[in-house]
Amino acid sequence: MTQRLIDQIISELQKNKFVAKAESDNRGYVEVNRDQITDVATTLKNLGFDHVKSVTGIDFPDQHKIQIIYHISSYENLELAKIIFAIRTYVTYEDPKIKSLTGIWDSAWTGERETYEMLGVVFDGHPDLKRLFLPEDFEGVYPLRKDFKIKLEGLFVDKS
Amino acid sequence: MEVDVVPIEGGELNVGPQHPGSGHMRILVKLNGDIVESCDLDVGYVHRAVEKLGENRNYMHLIPLVERPAILDSIHMNMGYVMAVEKIINVDVPERALYLRSFAAEINRIASHLYGLGILGIFIGHSTAFMWGFGDREVWVQILEALTGARVTNSYIIPGGVRRDLTPTIIEMTQKAITYTRKKIEDWRKIFVKNPTIIDRLQNVGVMNKEQAISWGAVGPNLRASGVYYDVRKVEPYAAYSRLDFDIPVYKEGDGYARTLVRFEEMEQSMRILEQIIKDIPAGPILSERFLRQIPPIRMKKWVQGQGRIVLPGYYASFRPPRGEAVTRVEAGRGELLYYVVSDGSPKPYRLRMITPSYRLINVFKNLCKGARYADVVSIYGSLDYFPPEADR
Repeated sequence: MTQRLIDQIISELQKNKFVAKAESDNRGYVEVNRDQITDVATTLKNLGFDHVKSVTGIDFPDQHKIQIIYHISSYENLELAKIIFAIRTYVTYEDPKIKSLTGIWDSAWTGERETYEMLGVVFDGHPDLKRLFLPEDFEGVYPLRKDFKIKLEGLFVDKS
Repeated sequence: MEVDVVPIEGGELNVGPQHPGSGHMRILVKLNGDIVESCDLDVGYVHRAVEKLGENRNYMHLIPLVERPAILDSIHMNMGYVMAVEKIINVDVPERALYLRSFAAEINRIASHLYGLGILGIFIGHSTAFMWGFGDREVWVQILEALTGARVTNSYIIPGGVRRDLTPTIIEMTQKAITYTRKKIEDWRKIFVKNPTIIDRLQNVGVMNKEQAISWGAVGPNLRASGVYYDVRKVEPYAAYSRLDFDIPVYKEGDGYARTLVRFEEMEQSMRILEQIIKDIPAGPILSERFLRQIPPIRMKKWVQGQGRIVLPGYYASFRPPRGEAVTRVEAGRGELLYYVVSDGSPKPYRLRMITPSYRLINVFKNLCKGARYADVVSIYGSLDYFPPEADR
């Protein structure tokens, strides 16, 4: 029986002592500490992953931390292109800093910039870290954190 | 040809927003002579905050919301999201519904490409292309209207299937539309593609080679015009694409002209797909058995069997999917569209991430502008088929 491609990637990552797991034939993830993010990214780039599809931040207010997820895949290698691989890591509220991956994959440029302005995660080494989508006069907490509440217009019907 | 660059002090130029050449985006260019030295983009003028609102609405209420960012390509936006939800609630879709999804998606792709070509035409001063693009698009929009009941924001695809069935009238309309568009594409080639002015404005403008396209993360027709054979419909087939026969046009040049040609050829491929679907669409239900059982018998007889319309069963009101997450991708008109939905077991998604094709083009556009002539910024913008609301979502 031939080994699935995703298992080969997982075992390659486990050789380098990263916690990786396959979720299905073409989805998988690796979970790392934030200091290891450039190491794991370099390893994956050498395996053939050539672009970042998305950079996502998920806020966990009860644990005071934010999860950062990079979804990566390949354009050139058609076998590898079937796989979407996730790199997961956490930053804390007290120190929301992480190394930027723009040096490794230039396509992380937009995603990191958006995560910065929406969640307040600082990406060290990003060439152009400033606001992209928000209005210039925006004030208050970062909009994608859970403690940002949307003001809803109430629809009241006077029954009396 | 050597160009004498006249250095100018502080050559900064603010383009837009609401400038004919900038769409809804403000482009701040630093000029040296008429060469763009650097370009800074201010994107967020039509921000809809879909990702934030997604955390405050039920899964079903999100369907009309996620398709707002690209109203011309709403079927694809709709499909990607619904596929992610289906993955989380683990439901399979009947064969006929899969074919109908492909059918609606290809019609939408043609309409979206015609829109993009029309906009490119008006950007580089070719008004006929603009009017033809929007006129020819109308034929396809009318088919969508007949199929789904709405002109642009269709909300056609629901978890487990589609909302309405195909009728003989729609098949006839589609066949007429294919004949019309085939004839019209010939005219387009005469007046637009082979037009010497258009060739001058697009050829060797905004050249992006293969390595650049990959590293900047370009998507869709722009990526394929740079020589990368990548299409989600082939790489990870969804809907009925694994059973359909079609080609992926790929060009090596990577300039604006190649990007335009790719769009024309994709339209032809889409029509080929439509003909196949009309020929071999299987009979059967259009909604998953699991949900079909929940429709009351009277409504079942009148609406579902009588008119081929789905009356939404109660399950959809506010279902609670199990914990989990899903990553899905579809090939939308402008390129790859990625959804990442995280569910924590409540009726609302914990996090909804939506990566649209135009969002990923921001980086490409910024990089392509560097070193281009100022007059070419418009044709680069047009040839990328950038759609502002899709980028800032």
